[in-house]
Amino acid sequence: MDQLILSSDRYARLWEGTQITLGVLAASFVLGVVLSLLFGVMRLSDRRFVRGFALAYVEFARGISSIVLLFIMAYAVPILFGLPQENVFILASVALGLNMGGYGAEIIRGAIESVPKGQSEASVALNLTNMQRLRFIVLPQAMRVILPPMGNLTIEILKGTALVSLVSLSDIAFRIDLFRTNAALAETRTPDWILYLNALVIYFVIAQIINGIFRYFERRTNAKYESRNRPLPASDVAPAGMVK
Amino acid sequence: MTTTALAPDMTDSRSWWQKPRNVAIVAGVVVFLAVLGWLGTRDLTFTTDVQPDGSTSFDWAFFWSLVPDMLNAMTVTAWATVTSFVVALVLGLFMALGRRSTMKWISWPVTAFIEFIRSTPLLVQLFFLYYGLPSLGIVLGPLQALTIGLGVHYATYCSEAYRAGINSVPHGQWEAATAMNLKPSTTWTRIIIPQAVPNVLPALGNFLVAGFKDAPLGFTVGVTGLMFFATTIQARYFRPVEPYILIGIGFLLVSLPAAWLVRRLERYMSYERI
Amino acid sequence: MSGSDTSTNGSGPAVSDKGAAAVTMRGVNKAFGDNVVLDELDMDVAAGERVVIIGPSGSGKTTILRVIMTLERIDSGSITIGDDPLYHMPDGTTPANEKRIREVRSHIGMVFQHFNLFPHMSALENIMLAPVKVHGVSRDEAEQRGLDLLEMVGLRQHANHTPGQLSGGQKQRVAIARSLATRPAVMLFDEVTSALDPELVGDVLAVLKEIAEEGETTMMLVTHEMGFAREVADRVVMFDHGKILESGTPQQIMQEPEHERTRSFLQAVLDH
Ligand SMILES: Nc1ncnc2c1ncn2[C@@H]1O[C@H](COP(=O)(O)OP(=O)(O)OP(=O)(O)O)[C@@H](O)[C@H]1O
Ligand SMILES: [Mg+2]
Repeated sequence: MDQLILSSDRYARLWEGTQITLGVLAASFVLGVVLSLLFGVMRLSDRRFVRGFALAYVEFARGISSIVLLFIMAYAVPILFGLPQENVFILASVALGLNMGGYGAEIIRGAIESVPKGQSEASVALNLTNMQRLRFIVLPQAMRVILPPMGNLTIEILKGTALVSLVSLSDIAFRIDLFRTNAALAETRTPDWILYLNALVIYFVIAQIINGIFRYFERRTNAKYESRNRPLPASDVAPAGMVK
Repeated sequence: MTTTALAPDMTDSRSWWQKPRNVAIVAGVVVFLAVLGWLGTRDLTFTTDVQPDGSTSFDWAFFWSLVPDMLNAMTVTAWATVTSFVVALVLGLFMALGRRSTMKWISWPVTAFIEFIRSTPLLVQLFFLYYGLPSLGIVLGPLQALTIGLGVHYATYCSEAYRAGINSVPHGQWEAATAMNLKPSTTWTRIIIPQAVPNVLPALGNFLVAGFKDAPLGFTVGVTGLMFFATTIQARYFRPVEPYILIGIGFLLVSLPAAWLVRRLERYMSYERI
Repeated sequence: MSGSDTSTNGSGPAVSDKGAAAVTMRGVNKAFGDNVVLDELDMDVAAGERVVIIGPSGSGKTTILRVIMTLERIDSGSITIGDDPLYHMPDGTTPANEKRIREVRSHIGMVFQHFNLFPHMSALENIMLAPVKVHGVSRDEAEQRGLDLLEMVGLRQHANHTPGQLSGGQKQRVAIARSLATRPAVMLFDEVTSALDPELVGDVLAVLKEIAEEGETTMMLVTHEMGFAREVADRVVMFDHGKILESGTPQQIMQEPEHERTRSFLQAVLDH
């Protein structure tokens, strides 16, 4: 069975690859969430132009293949816009983030629409600003609907990060493939399928961790709907104002 | 479709295959697939007569000269998508049934397999099939590796859609079937599946579109689809801009109308259910 | 008024002496498509006055309250809160911008038929939200006032409970406390008891009576509780087809209505 295990030296290099994978994941996640919120809210704007623009972005981001978008980002965009091509990390993260934003925007839009209209009306009656209404009333309630599909989407983006190995970022997938191509030179030869199985297991573990994190936040969000156990000051203070 | 247009259908006693419109649709799809299968399995090499002008600005003449080859490559990607999707549809059904099984020794491994495939990258799965399996004595061709890889990956998605569809059939339907003393096979084919299909079809349509967007990954194992085309051109002429922009446009031209069709299907299905 | 960051240097609506206007509607039109709901409506409510609005279903009662709360925008006409035009800049002619509407809106509060409490916040948090976020009151002060208000509606011990854990009547009392927390000069109540089980109605009406007796708040209530109307209303307004059919003291309207329409409507409500 210990045939399935790689040498500690290789795991050390895989760990470096894991850090790159996680780095790309984090960067594209942050961009993806920002774009999701922005365009998800814009999709519900009163202004036709804003709605149309957001719809165009969403259709583009979801319609184009993430691998094609990644190669356009990594190879075509730097030439077209005269950007430095060396920064593949940023270009790749932007590609994945753009991709995630398209799907995320639809999740956010659906979730916002699922919050009853009365909640917004009560916010207007209390004179909250539009931003406050979104931040304190609508999004916290939408969060219950957002978190489960967002977790799935994040795992899709994790899977998408493997593509960056094709534009020569040395992530997990890249390093495993390197082990195989260098295997002819190595003295102790591990069967190729075991190399790839190891990579798959690492991705699987990361996915489970992402799952766990989202479950944790789901529980926390749901806990808001239960009573607070925060002590209240004693009620012997003489009530003031309207109270007789 | 308006209610007035629906009304004659309601009283129409012909089976669906007796209606000319449906027959035409099915015939059209069959012809389309036959042509696609013929076009999509050719051996392609990508060259162009137009030499790029060597400047760094966008070269329109070069761009247009690439279009025919791009369309050829598109047929390969599209055909690989179709064959993988058939694998996914069938295998996904078995996975869904396996996961529902009351026997733990079936349901547990099937569930674990589904979860594992769903949360790991298709790219590494393709590498496993194409570069990994030969070390176990199994050698797959490029198209075989892509079809199996993409097919199994999307089978896990389809199985979840089937499961959701089956669960969406109200419990009372099962009870009614039991009360009428129907055989399990009759219950499935006449009661459960007809009711689950409208809930499942739009999801499957989405997976078909999504599979089309993942299929170009086949270039990593040597399938001569869209990405293969673009990387070949890039390597030969040292010009990445035109080929990648071109396949990007090619993608949108197919996937946007396809996604629109799926949304129409979704709306149509929700009408049918009322 | 406790910290109204939006108040117009004390030129808010007069609240003390009856006679000063709290709400003035002039030539207000509102239609949904072809459906004319408010038709050249003129209506005056004096400061501190308690007006009960009655009328058949679909006659536009809710719409009146909603255009005052700016949940619907009027098509034409004007609404003035105290001395401040709601849909116009202070000059009375230029259409108001968002900022202006927010300023004037801060003098108005509304309680809804279906409570619309925020389900992810406790009763106390619901009440504290607007004072803290909109009016810049300190958390301690807002909490103290929130607890006082909860005491007043008889729910102090439920301060930490979320709406999901309260009964309908309790929810509505929290909702009333929530809208009182910013001390609006004008309070709008839209059938606040009609979604409640009959045995819970009394508690909510008792709270409304308490606010009425305190006498500082201008109240516009849509309700079919005629007993309650007789007790607290200064005036009852019968509404039909987007117009005021008649208006008078509860005694006038209930004992000797001018219009047959009013009589049959009241008959139907009382039979119910
Ligand atoms: N948002 C809207 N869109 C279209 N029509 C509306 C809208 N809101 C109200 N209406 C219409 O306006 C008319 C008046 O409605 P409103 O809710 O003001 O009546 P109401 O007197 O409160 O009735 P009820 O006693 O049933 O609550 C009705 O015909 C209603 O259908
Ligand atoms: Mg109403």
